[in-house]
Amino acid sequence: MRSKETFFWITISCGIVIMAFILIPLVEMMTAPSFAMLKETIKDKDVVRSIWLSIYTAGLAAIISFIFGTPLAYLLARTDFTGKRFVESIIDLPIVIPHPVVGIAILSIAGRNHWIGQIFSDLGIRIMGSVTGIVVVLTFVGLPFYVNAVKNGFESISPRLENVSRSLGASMFSTFFRITFPLAWRSMLIGIIMCSARAISEFGAVVIVAYHPMIAPVMIYERFEAYGLKYSQPVAVWLVSICLILFLALRILTLHNKKEA
Amino acid sequence: MIKIENLNIHLGKFNLYDINLNIEENEFFILMGPTGAGKTVLLEAIAGLIPTKSGTIYVRNKNITKLPPEKRGIGIVYQDHSLFPHLTVLDNITYGLHFHKIDKAQAEKRLNRLVKDLNLDHLLKRLPLNLSGGELQRVALARALMVNPSVLLLDEPLSSLDTSFREEIRTGLKRLHKDSNVTFLMVTHDFAEALSLADRAAVMNHGIMEQTGSMEDIFQRPDSTFVADFVGMKNLFAAQFRDTKAIIDNLEIELGRKPANSHGYIAIRPEDIVLSKEKLASSMRNSFKGNVTGVSDKGLYYEVDIMVKNVTFKSSITKSSLFELGIQEGIEVLLSFKSTAIHNF
Repeated sequence: MRSKETFFWITISCGIVIMAFILIPLVEMMTAPSFAMLKETIKDKDVVRSIWLSIYTAGLAAIISFIFGTPLAYLLARTDFTGKRFVESIIDLPIVIPHPVVGIAILSIAGRNHWIGQIFSDLGIRIMGSVTGIVVVLTFVGLPFYVNAVKNGFESISPRLENVSRSLGASMFSTFFRITFPLAWRSMLIGIIMCSARAISEFGAVVIVAYHPMIAPVMIYERFEAYGLKYSQPVAVWLVSICLILFLALRILTLHNKKEA
Repeated sequence: MIKIENLNIHLGKFNLYDINLNIEENEFFILMGPTGAGKTVLLEAIAGLIPTKSGTIYVRNKNITKLPPEKRGIGIVYQDHSLFPHLTVLDNITYGLHFHKIDKAQAEKRLNRLVKDLNLDHLLKRLPLNLSGGELQRVALARALMVNPSVLLLDEPLSSLDTSFREEIRTGLKRLHKDSNVTFLMVTHDFAEALSLADRAAVMNHGIMEQTGSMEDIFQRPDSTFVADFVGMKNLFAAQFRDTKAIIDNLEIELGRKPANSHGYIAIRPEDIVLSKEKLASSMRNSFKGNVTGVSDKGLYYEVDIMVKNVTFKSSITKSSLFELGIQEGIEVLLSFKSTAIHNF
């Protein structure tokens, strides 16, 4: 690209506008609370509990996505079947459905007047207003991100490697664990990060299914409603910082291993 | 050894129709055909990597059609080498040992022999990422042979290599085949490769087996217009046969023998057609006057189109004879060929 062209300047300007649009509000929010206020907030047991709840429910959603999503992602990456496009669009549905609608949809099967809700209630599992309910919602919204990331990962591994492995005497299971998994685990980690990042940010669906126990986004909303901007900002800062550190740590871990390989 | 009976495969884009093939124990068999002919599909079917619709595959008289790939003992080497990128060369080569009960001392002996034969000693600790094409292919061969398969399938193993590596791997292949009791089945589209390695070959097109036979049969006596064209018999004409003559339009060609059929095809290699200014004093029974209608540079030789009555012949000649004869478009030349150079079917 020649730097003197108008087109080039348009692309640069748009880039700068977008950077500013994203960064200015975030930086403003992050720097608004005083140090003393941040310190006081993190001493608040409710805040710590809600951030911890957010992180571990999102983590559980990611683990559930990992267990159930990995085989599905493999199936989608390796096989062609009629209706595959249809299955793929179903997996993408949670991304496009408005968040409160997700919450309402889950509630509508969790109630006692639905047979699934009836089974759960007989088993003593409560969805409404419980950690289980939060995990269900977060898995619902996070799963597509995991499946899509890992599907792409599997697709980038040549099926010929698996063919060769099998011709050398390895069963499908051995082939998966000796060849496919070691080559795809990085994309699984990325999938886990994407899935839990999406899950941590969920508010609209959770607030309908479980206002209590309170996850961090709900708490931020509650503090904003009850006390105003000033009191919601420190919680937000802590949530964002802890998440960033966690994701950064995961990324560094993957980059580090890439060099080794 | 390998016996394929009425094999049909329908995979949407890739299909095989009624394939029959017989390969002898310890043979070096070549499979040829244009891109999309179904060669790789056939290899993968033999290896058990794709489902068959109908038909039977036998290896050493055992029906393996329904066996999973890991139970077949058939090795495969792909054009792109397909080494496991996360394993060292040594781990790649010994990968198959995890799944085979092979005596440790025997495995060691085999490993040493392969490492020596394929000159891999200095590479064992390295990852595939930094290896050259020739090195990668040598590792892939060692990996496949390490578990002592009954059959080794090679899918264009040389076509991704530079010319210098190609020669090296080709000699290596020949030696490996001679020193082992493994049956080799190799896909290639390089005739020189095919001729130097194999005794017998098959030609495929559009999922159909066009011809199976000795290299000589396929190159000199193709039995379909496709194979004739594929092996470079560029002079291919539909003809009526009358007594010992073949008639194309109103051109009479002496075959020196009486064909069994009344009409069919004749095929002549362009290098078997000799051009001259005057009638040659030789034993060539067929000699026609014609007009040069085209000359094209093919790198190592020239291809000359000569129109005789309504029939266009193609002759390939060297650059020096092109200049000696002063051949250019529009001039008249004499073209001659022996009747034994004519293949009819």
